[in-house]
Amino acid sequence: MNFTGEQLFPGQLGHLFIILSLFAAILSTIFFAKGSFAKDPAAQNMWLRYARGTFIFQVVGLVIIFSIVFYICANHMYEYMYAYKHASKELESKYLLACIWEGQEGSFLLWSICHGILGLIVIGKRKAAMVKGWEPYILTVISLAQVCLLLMILGVYVFDVRIGNSLFTLTRNEIDAPIFSRPDYLSFVKDGMGLNILLRNYWMVIHPPVLFMGFATTIIPFGFAYGGLVTKNFKDWVKPAIPWTLLSACILGVGIMMGGKWAYESLSFGGYWAWDPVENASLVPWLILISGLHTMLVFQATGHSLRATHLFALLPLCFVFYSTFLTRTGVLGDTSVHAFTEAGKAINVMILMLVMLFTLPSLILFAVRYKSIPAIQKEENSNSREFWMFIGSLVFFFSAIFIIVKTSVPVINTVFGTSIAPPEDVEFSYNKVAALIAVLIGLLTAVTQYLKYKTTRKDYLLKKLVLPTVIAALITVAIAMIYPLTYSKQGAGFLGAIYLAFFAAIYSFVANAMYIWTTLKGRLLSGGAAIAHGGFALLLIGILISSANKQVISSSMVNGINFAAGTDPMTKQQDDPLENLTLIRDVPTTMGDYLVTYKKDSLGHEEGRKFFELEFLRKNKQNEIKERFVVKPDVYIMKDNNMSSNPDTKSYLYKDVYTYISFALNSAKNQDTAQFDIREMHEGDTAKYSKGYIVLNAVQKNPNNERFHYGPNHLALGADVTVYTNDNKQVKAMPVIEVDSMGVMHRDDTLYAQNLYLRFEGVADNHHIKLGIKESSQLIDFVTVKTYVFPFINLVWLGLIIMAIGLVVSMVQRGKFSPLQTAITLGFVTIALGYMFLFAGG
Amino acid sequence: MKKTHIIILVGIAALIVGLLTYSIDLSTYDTITSARAKPGKYLHLIAKLDKTQPITYDPINNPNYLEFHAVDSLGAQTKVVYRNSKPTDLEKSERIVMKGKMEGDHFECKEILLKCPSKYKDNKETLKKGVSETTSY
Repeated sequence: MNFTGEQLFPGQLGHLFIILSLFAAILSTIFFAKGSFAKDPAAQNMWLRYARGTFIFQVVGLVIIFSIVFYICANHMYEYMYAYKHASKELESKYLLACIWEGQEGSFLLWSICHGILGLIVIGKRKAAMVKGWEPYILTVISLAQVCLLLMILGVYVFDVRIGNSLFTLTRNEIDAPIFSRPDYLSFVKDGMGLNILLRNYWMVIHPPVLFMGFATTIIPFGFAYGGLVTKNFKDWVKPAIPWTLLSACILGVGIMMGGKWAYESLSFGGYWAWDPVENASLVPWLILISGLHTMLVFQATGHSLRATHLFALLPLCFVFYSTFLTRTGVLGDTSVHAFTEAGKAINVMILMLVMLFTLPSLILFAVRYKSIPAIQKEENSNSREFWMFIGSLVFFFSAIFIIVKTSVPVINTVFGTSIAPPEDVEFSYNKVAALIAVLIGLLTAVTQYLKYKTTRKDYLLKKLVLPTVIAALITVAIAMIYPLTYSKQGAGFLGAIYLAFFAAIYSFVANAMYIWTTLKGRLLSGGAAIAHGGFALLLIGILISSANKQVISSSMVNGINFAAGTDPMTKQQDDPLENLTLIRDVPTTMGDYLVTYKKDSLGHEEGRKFFELEFLRKNKQNEIKERFVVKPDVYIMKDNNMSSNPDTKSYLYKDVYTYISFALNSAKNQDTAQFDIREMHEGDTAKYSKGYIVLNAVQKNPNNERFHYGPNHLALGADVTVYTNDNKQVKAMPVIEVDSMGVMHRDDTLYAQNLYLRFEGVADNHHIKLGIKESSQLIDFVTVKTYVFPFINLVWLGLIIMAIGLVVSMVQRGKFSPLQTAITLGFVTIALGYMFLFAGG
Repeated sequence: MKKTHIIILVGIAALIVGLLTYSIDLSTYDTITSARAKPGKYLHLIAKLDKTQPITYDPINNPNYLEFHAVDSLGAQTKVVYRNSKPTDLEKSERIVMKGKMEGDHFECKEILLKCPSKYKDNKETLKKGVSETTSY
């Protein structure tokens, strides 16, 4: 059958390039391997030239594939499944890239492009000190990884089994629906499914490329270690590998925290880290990378720790692939909020094979070579820097193993058929261990800088350490007095552990700052390590304060009873803080230090997006307004009436007030059709309404009170009424009628809580007035919100930025960058991170 | 034995102790019937929303009280009480993972994880439904 309107050429071209790139990747893997093992320099040169050629061709192919996918999505060519699934016409153009990496196939493509870029850099730098001689080994590994990733998006059938899911499959082949049997089906496909509403955020544009670049960079230390193991040249790879490992630690660390910032800003799970399996799976490679970085430095300085260095250089990539397996095969199932779902059995098997292909041979090779890797028999002095650096590496390594075993429980369930489920308080089960690790790492990073390699004189160390120790202790005590940590939920023991960690982090920050000051005499460019450690310490301080003193101010525990009218007697449980607060429109409600009023709602420029304007007032004891601000959290109401809630944050230097809508009405079905019912009343008369009665106390001429300020020149009448509700409450109200040159104006009074509208309709005979009473058919307008105060959360972001800058400083030093390159790199990193994390909100 | 070896052994021991303490806290996945057999025990329940029964949620009176009925794959039913705001996609969910305890006549739920088709575009059935929504004859 001929289908009208389909443009099949871009897809065929894209598919062709997938196949060509796959072949190029296979060839470059073989050629680089041949080149690695060729004895004769001329033959080696020949193989490497072919290898580079095919590798470059493959990268060009990837770029073309990416461009075609972009073209298909940008032009809404819904005959293609990928455009239909991920693009839509109302999608703003800034999300076009994001919709490409929303799907499995697009993110594999993004990842392979990152590998491609790194491979090109290594090829370009093959003569520089940071690669020299190791290019064939690194590129063999990268090329092999490219083969695997390209297989994931190949989309070719081999005996009924589809190898990979292509980006260019056609919608009519993928979905089994009668409409696709019509030749003109395309004219009926009005729009694509679009980018998931939850992902429409600028972080979705920036976070995936950075994170995938972080994943991709772990392949370089792996490639170096692989080279060392196959050539038995165990020592020479370490020095050039250090700047690459620093680069990887920096990009991966930033990528992970970008995810945290995103979660904090736009997802309503109330924080930046939840120990979700997906987060853990990307944290684990980073932790081991840091272990590897430190053992590399130990080896460079002393010759110790070479065996551990090999292991720690191989494992990050293995765990990156393992994390892919965890998050993309659906194996995590019910334990994760945001894992991908499975994309077919064949893909799952392929991902598992990818993990095996890299993990097993590399670990077997490591085991075989283990004995021949040189190790110094004399052991490290316990007053040497290398000894404690090695301990620090082990702490990170064991933490990583602890986290990954816990995260792998669903895998254990699948393999052994058990039904183990996570514990009641998942976060605490991690936090209690993390607190102890923070103590160890804080102390180690504080003291170890002051130790020298080989051996350190005791008096030197003591002299250097006295001041930072005293200062850190004083600061900790001062903070404990002025701004104590109040996390009592898990008991005094855990609070003690938090305090200990808090001291250790402050100690580390002070010690590293003073190290730059006293030992390095302010030479910042030589102090990459101290900067990174100080930044990490600041990050820890920020994490500890913002989590320990996080407060839910919308909690009814803070507010007393939330809403007296209908509190369910069942819910008054002491151990169950009820953290949502309903705000009725125009009714000020106390929330922590603030008086919060839901003022109005407004529509955003995206279809279905609705903002709720909440006014926060802070008054002092004299009832004067000290501060006023407005936050506008929003919800997207999707076509199917489901909602997605996005928080809004008022940021101060020292705290964030963070609010999101936990429940809102869908106003589309909520139109008011009721009319005013006019009653003639005399002062003292009573009128009934469905939930009570209304008494007209008096009619006031030109009322002057809180709401109205009429003077003698006005012509206004106010009806002073009291509403007696059936639940024994008395509420005063005053509708007003006003006459001026413009005509008659009614200033109605509304009792939102009673759904009652009162209007001074006019004056009747015999001192009677006409009072309009309307009981709205509309539901009461309200929103339910949850509001947190995160104190000092900016320290988290600032710490991260400083750590990243420290890693980059070390990288440019060890990579022997020229002063100009150094300036450009550091300037770029500082401005980009500072802007993204501290200034660009939401 | 070298100091580093001792430290590695200490590390491994700490790791094992850490994982063992973790295993004490672990809970299980249960069906409604097996959950009834152990009232008061914290566990995970996998079920679906029973659409034949009404959902009670009146945020004006109490934003922290949600009541609905769940039915599991074996057909067992239970009332569920969740003292929090209503998850937005509840009605649309295909499957609900609930964490909490059986208490008397109902399941006292502390946390809800929803499996919603909207987030999972790769599901064939969802795609089919999607086609009928985005096309018009």
